[in-house]
Amino acid sequence: VAILKMAVVCVSVISKENFPLYLRTVSTYIENDMGFHHIVHTAIDVIEEKISSVGTGRAGTDFREHYLGPLYPSEQYKIYGYATNTRTKFIIITENTTSQSRDTEINQFFKKLHQAYADMFCNPFYTPDTEITSKRFDRSVTDIFKDSESKLSKNEHHGNKN
Amino acid sequence: MSEVKVQGEVSQTLFEYLHMEILSHLIESYGNEKKGEVISALEALGSRVGESMMERVSKDVPRFRTELDAMIFLCKQFWTHMFNKQVDHLKTNNQDMFVLYDNNFRLLMHLSESSQHQDKSPLFLAFTSGLITGALSNLGIKSRVTYEVPKMPQCFFQIKINL
Repeated sequence: VAILKMAVVCVSVISKENFPLYLRTVSTYIENDMGFHHIVHTAIDVIEEKISSVGTGRAGTDFREHYLGPLYPSEQYKIYGYATNTRTKFIIITENTTSQSRDTEINQFFKKLHQAYADMFCNPFYTPDTEITSKRFDRSVTDIFKDSESKLSKNEHHGNKN
Repeated sequence: MSEVKVQGEVSQTLFEYLHMEILSHLIESYGNEKKGEVISALEALGSRVGESMMERVSKDVPRFRTELDAMIFLCKQFWTHMFNKQVDHLKTNNQDMFVLYDNNFRLLMHLSESSQHQDKSPLFLAFTSGLITGALSNLGIKSRVTYEVPKMPQCFFQIKINL
């Protein structure tokens, strides 16, 4: 049974002081851009709560992990969070077309994002805690959009075969 | 027991030479009397590099629970990344003071062991002190670092963090 993959529609990077450094929506969803800003804003609170619950032994939250999983339920979208050791937060929003768990796949996207972010941060012309304007970083995010989309169409094709 | 692998010897050596050259260039530009400015410039340089290094090195490491965890990471993985060895000794008062001892500091290695250049030795530590403040600040820990060279090539860094 082919697992239906969902396309990533929005990627955001939040600084350690909790203001947005980067927010990019895939072109097909561009009208919902404002809505995503709002979603990301709410998501920050949830992330802060998750990462500050030190040693309370909450079930399902491994404090040592950077990946935070789905943050809060929403009708149209699934919102995933990831917090680095340097308190920078990444948020990935995807379409909510199936209830299958996609943790490994989303974690892969976060790892790619983290690598791209670390590379961009090391650029001496980048001032920390300012807006991210790197074209190379943009391209990594575009790759994430493409990757998630292509998996979607591949599995639709297989679905039709069955 | 795992041995610390000696990696990237070429880039390590290049960094040491670059560091020496940065020092000598700054002393020339500012003049011999303005040691304070040279030290500030070195600390600022080190700070930005420390932030970037910390971003890279902490990428694949589980989250730090306490400041002590972060300091231990600094003394082990971070120091190894920069200088191919760990900090030799870490002292703490378990609150806000930490002292890092390095008995064979890489950037002092090439200087004579006699006390001939003792007074210039703080200049060799300024960059690294910036490295430490930058690295810690990227983890969300504000700190103040002082340093001393009791006897070449030993040195220690005294770190006071804001809890």
